[in-house]
Amino acid sequence: MASASPSAERTAAVAARDGIGRGRRTLGVVVLLLLLAVAWEGAKWLAGDPWRIHAGLAGIAIDYEHVPPFQIRLASDLNLPHLWTIAAAFAEPAQRNGPPLLGVLVQAAGFTFLEAAVGFAIGAVLGLVLAIVFVHVRLLERSLVPYVVASQTVPIIAVAPVIVVGLKAGWFSVALIASYLTFFPVTMGALRGLRAADPRTIELMRSYAAGTRDVLLKLRLPAAAPYIFTALKVSATASVVGAIIGELPSSIRSGLGGAILNLNQYYATGPARLWAAILVAAALGILFFTIVWLVERWVLTGRYRPEVEPA
Amino acid sequence: MTATGPPPRPAADVVVQASGVDKEFPASGHGGRVVALQGIDLAIRRGEFVTLIGPSGCGKSTLLRLIGDLTGPTRGTVTVNGKPAHEARLGREYGMVFQAPVLFDWRTVERNVELPLEVMRRPRAERQARARELLALVELSEFGRHRPWQLSGGMQQRVAIARALALDPAILLMDEPFGALDEMTRERMNLELLRIWERTGTTVVFVTHSIPEAVFLSTRVVVMSARPGRITDVIEIDLPRGRSVETREVERYFELVTEVRESLRAEEREHAVGPAAGERARLEGLPA
Repeated sequence: MASASPSAERTAAVAARDGIGRGRRTLGVVVLLLLLAVAWEGAKWLAGDPWRIHAGLAGIAIDYEHVPPFQIRLASDLNLPHLWTIAAAFAEPAQRNGPPLLGVLVQAAGFTFLEAAVGFAIGAVLGLVLAIVFVHVRLLERSLVPYVVASQTVPIIAVAPVIVVGLKAGWFSVALIASYLTFFPVTMGALRGLRAADPRTIELMRSYAAGTRDVLLKLRLPAAAPYIFTALKVSATASVVGAIIGELPSSIRSGLGGAILNLNQYYATGPARLWAAILVAAALGILFFTIVWLVERWVLTGRYRPEVEPA
Repeated sequence: MTATGPPPRPAADVVVQASGVDKEFPASGHGGRVVALQGIDLAIRRGEFVTLIGPSGCGKSTLLRLIGDLTGPTRGTVTVNGKPAHEARLGREYGMVFQAPVLFDWRTVERNVELPLEVMRRPRAERQARARELLALVELSEFGRHRPWQLSGGMQQRVAIARALALDPAILLMDEPFGALDEMTRERMNLELLRIWERTGTTVVFVTHSIPEAVFLSTRVVVMSARPGRITDVIEIDLPRGRSVETREVERYFELVTEVRESLRAEEREHAVGPAAGERARLEGLPA
């Protein structure tokens, strides 16, 4: 009888590989962000507006002026503010004598996050239920899937006012709009996943005279889990987008969508503040994605065959 | 089950009875039908180990699936313990083992073995006790908490056998269970399967491509031919029970292997068409 050591070795190897992978991934993200910053400022250096430093530091007067060789409107300070201008915008008050913009945006992000999370939950449940129904009733799948697809071709910005104004449900209507974007990836991913079980495993369950419910709970759903989590990760970011867009036609000003709408109006005088809001919105999407990713790892790791990475 | 002596064979003790079974599949494209099985009559007695052997496409797997009610016959009847196969399946009288182990990745080895008992809503304590007992039977006691993908192919197939035995099935259906294993592992698994069969007394229907495997394991070998799939010969394997590695070196074993091989080849000859095949048949008929 073989000993347990091969699998133990494999587990150790996987752990080591994961450690290296994590370090590399972090490094990759840092390098990518640096490259982005260099490209951003590089564009401004080459084609932005002229700038000068006129200051004194430790008794030495610094007077430097840079005049970029080219002039491209896209790289102007109005369209592409300097990174330090954006950073400074976070610290400055959003309104006269108000709290700093960062605080305002983080609070708004918290509000939007709740809308997105509720929308995500509704969408995930709806998406999963639809997929389970479709897997069992072929007729419904054939007749309804085209409408599910069509629902996603309608621009959300056109649907949002109907739900917001029609329901008058405040933040909950925003959550519903987020769920409108969320359920689709889950339906498609789960539908694929629920069919992913090896046909012989279905026959095996048949040989036990297992009912539909057992086949679903003991075989189809567990086999679909990796597919469902992939769909949930797509949905997580989509629900943030849905929540922000949902806020636009509503009179809700407490979320990121409201903040973006507001800062849009002052773009001509303070573009850096809109960029600050964009960064916070992106961070919110990444945060939501990361949460789902962590849950996925917690649920799947050790229970499913580890993925084989290409050599 | 006694370790030696001929298998018991009272007529009343028939477990599987196939009578006048035909199976046709719709042929792809031209709307015709492919005859997979024709005029199958077969009776399998309790405690027998029956092997179905034949060329690819002879319908041996289809016959196994018919017995297990994974597909239905076009004509004729299949009864198991006197009931239609369908009722036998609903009565959970089958244990199935496929060529691939088809274990559930997300369950531990132990919980894979418990699966059929869970479907039967048996209490947890009973399930666990039974799973442990079966893992001991297939000599995998230390691996209960492992995941299937952490085991070798042969070990996975032993888990699949333990799972198939969980319901104490009246009949164990095995579809080329060792076909994907290397020769060494396969021979070891053959011995182990015989040991399990003698311990449990289960009736086994076993599909294989391998003549030595069929002779070594069986009490009877059913030889089939292709297009249409028919039973052409049934060979009693009168090797004594309690077979071991030495059985493969016994004179009678080689005689039986030759007998099965010739029976298979006779079929091939009968079905061969055209002068080239005829020539080959004539040459083979020449000096021994």
